[in-house]
Amino acid sequence: MSRCWRGWRARELLEGRDYFEVLELVARICGICPVAYQMSAVQAIEAIFKIDPGDWVRAMRRVFYCGEWIQSHSLHIHLLAAPDFLGYENVAQVAQAFPDEVRRGLRLQALGNSLIRLFGARSVHPVGARVGGFHQAPALEQVAQVVGQLRAAVADAEALVRWTAALELPDDEQPFTSVALRHANDYPMEGGRLVSSTGLDIGIEDYEQHFREFQVPHSTALHALHHDEPYLVGPLARLNLNHDRLPDAVAALFRETGIGFPSGNMFHSIVARAVEIHLAVLEALRLLQDYATTDAPYVEVTPTAGIGVGCTEAPRGVLWHRYEFDQAGRVIKARIVPPTSQNQARIEQDLGRSLQAFGLDRSDAELRHRGETVIRNYDPCISCATHFLRLHIDRDSS
Amino acid sequence: MEHRPGMTGQETNTAAAEAVSKPRIAVHKFASCDGCQLAFLNLGEDLLALMEMVDVVHFAEAGPVDPDAEVDFAFIEGSISTPADIERVKRIRERSRYVIAVGACATAGGLQALRNMADAGQWMRAVYAEPGNIKSLDTSTPVAQHIKVDLELWGCPVNGRQVLAAVRALLSGVAPAEEHDKVCLECKRRQSVCVMVAKGMPCMGPMTRTGCGALCPSFGRDCYGCYGPAENSNTDSLTRRFEGLGLLPDAVARRFLSINNGAPAFNDAGRKLRE
Repeated sequence: MSRCWRGWRARELLEGRDYFEVLELVARICGICPVAYQMSAVQAIEAIFKIDPGDWVRAMRRVFYCGEWIQSHSLHIHLLAAPDFLGYENVAQVAQAFPDEVRRGLRLQALGNSLIRLFGARSVHPVGARVGGFHQAPALEQVAQVVGQLRAAVADAEALVRWTAALELPDDEQPFTSVALRHANDYPMEGGRLVSSTGLDIGIEDYEQHFREFQVPHSTALHALHHDEPYLVGPLARLNLNHDRLPDAVAALFRETGIGFPSGNMFHSIVARAVEIHLAVLEALRLLQDYATTDAPYVEVTPTAGIGVGCTEAPRGVLWHRYEFDQAGRVIKARIVPPTSQNQARIEQDLGRSLQAFGLDRSDAELRHRGETVIRNYDPCISCATHFLRLHIDRDSS
Repeated sequence: MEHRPGMTGQETNTAAAEAVSKPRIAVHKFASCDGCQLAFLNLGEDLLALMEMVDVVHFAEAGPVDPDAEVDFAFIEGSISTPADIERVKRIRERSRYVIAVGACATAGGLQALRNMADAGQWMRAVYAEPGNIKSLDTSTPVAQHIKVDLELWGCPVNGRQVLAAVRALLSGVAPAEEHDKVCLECKRRQSVCVMVAKGMPCMGPMTRTGCGALCPSFGRDCYGCYGPAENSNTDSLTRRFEGLGLLPDAVARRFLSINNGAPAFNDAGRKLRE
């Protein structure tokens, strides 16, 4: 189904590299979520070096990450999913029928990019993050400008939640296991324990004991199973497991939509993304409104040998990294498990089930459209080329 | 030959006839991270304006899917890394008036071109239990190694300014201006403090093609060469300077053999250090 050539890089291209090269290299795994790759890696590396980067860095990393959620989710909702649910072929057609809604989406996407640029100079493969913190603290006037953008975006985000909840979404409940991070107080993003809807509750260093990656003959993407079953990661899984961690304003608006969570309807993923945009806008605003700059945007690092694990919530779900370093802080071994390879088995299970429930007697075009819509619920890592379905139907004529 | 899902050949022709007055554009993806396509997708309102001005017939990331359509301008992101890629990129050439290679993967093979210097079979076995199922080439190569390319936009990632400037020039029928200068010049114009002189950082700016906006030094850090080699790069001189700053030969080699390791100037410099 998809072609994931990146298995190459993730393991082998990092070996022999210095710790300070890692953030630049792992970013290149995904142009849509480079911040996620940098943040999972930095967490693992700082675990090895036993560094505490401090409250300022922790807060600003969450803001940096909020930018990526807003950018990635807005892109998905408006450019990829909205045409599916509104019956258009692409965003240009949607923009003619819903000009205000598409403009609102583009504004939110631009806001996400502004937040990333604040800390990274550019929104794709940002250059500001480093082990220990950030190369530079944003200036007060730059932050003030983005805070203005954030304040204006609250109404946009609220309207977006209502708009996605009012879409005519198919009603298709199905049983599946959700897996996500869970944090003591916050909605999970840059840290926490790993939990599942079937009762798992582990530290991220125990991931490999409960999740298994394997190869299938029809795909270059490695697949993953949790206790030998497919599972879901991403916005719907996060919301299913963490709706009690939403800030009050987000939870209140979400209740207003009337959608009960946990939800077993994969088509609710688009609403979950809108809810997470709302959350990310409010979180960034909370963390930036009393912003104070610092002359110590990073802590100094002394490399040591060791093994470290990092796990954060990329826009598409759990992103797990493990590194082994030598005494000089160079990579001996690296392992990266991206969200889309974790969702792969679940997507295939869902596709078979959904198309049967939809009715296999329908036309090829209808089946293909439904198939694409089902796949897009997972927002599969687009770098893995799952854009449109090459459908091959063997119809039994009898 | 592939056909657009759900569309017959006749419908494709009708669509072509309707759009005859507008230039037709395709954006193709090969082995890449999708980051360069974001140079288009992050244009905001300009993206909608662009979609009005031209007929975007293939851009899977933005909706339209018709990979075999005849177009005026084909933008290609990504490197050539499978036997099927070679066939596909040749088909694109046959059906496109101008081919524009976009980003480090398409212009230099990308970070993944590091496998050109390694035993690819060994890597494959390290990742996959049954490498026999994987149809992949031993190399990751730039588009221009396989077909004639009319314009290259370097950078990892390219930005909106670069792609819009190229589109504008192409639509006006003028040759797009190519950026050959070094990051240093842009850095001076921005009046950033030189991180090599002031902080002793191994900055790749003196050797790297401009176009990014000299972002890294403006953030107080060293450039890592993501826009590839500039014209007439004196790699020997920079190597000596880096060694003078205390870098061991392998550390200097890794500066060259990174995002743009497949670009000849960087590749030669890196290999020389490892010999």
